[in-house]
Amino acid sequence: MFHASEIKRLIEAGLPGAVALINDDAGDGEHFSGDVMAPGFATLSLVQQHQAVYRALGRHMGTDIHALQLKTYTPDQWAKSPHAKNGA
Amino acid sequence: MSVNEQIEQIVKGNDVVLFMKGTPMFPQCGFSARATAILQQCGSKFHHVNVLADGEIREGVKAYSNWPTIPQLYVRGEFVGGSDIMMEMFQSGELQKKLAGG
Repeated sequence: MFHASEIKRLIEAGLPGAVALINDDAGDGEHFSGDVMAPGFATLSLVQQHQAVYRALGRHMGTDIHALQLKTYTPDQWAKSPHAKNGA
Repeated sequence: MSVNEQIEQIVKGNDVVLFMKGTPMFPQCGFSARATAILQQCGSKFHHVNVLADGEIREGVKAYSNWPTIPQLYVRGEFVGGSDIMMEMFQSGELQKKLAGG
């Protein structure tokens, strides 16, 4: 069993200035989804952004965490997204 | 031949390759099913590899692409992403362009 709060902590610790909103959709501690913003994403391709998040999760990804459906944002995209309006 | 060389041969030998759990007819995982549906929606022919049939390939492909999960899509030898990225690229039209040689 893994917790959304632990995934959030690992991502925000691993990616400078990141904001991670993680949900345990299935409630099973294995299948998660999340929106992640990080300043560093601005210079990365989509694949590289996701790989950076997976690197922050280290060996947990693909083992404790069976699936993590990711939506990544650059700071600009985040500012234009619904997240910006409700202050997340 | 090492697993890495095996994967290299498959990836370089086919224009579009989907490493997935199960087969397009019988996907064994929701994400693999979604990836298959996206490629079919694009009308793209693709070579599929059922990683459940080969444990070495299942782990080897994760190291090969530095991507921890399955499915994995390759187009003309380049790792494109998993089902999330495929969906995002499909919705933006970028995937169709890449499959058509763009």
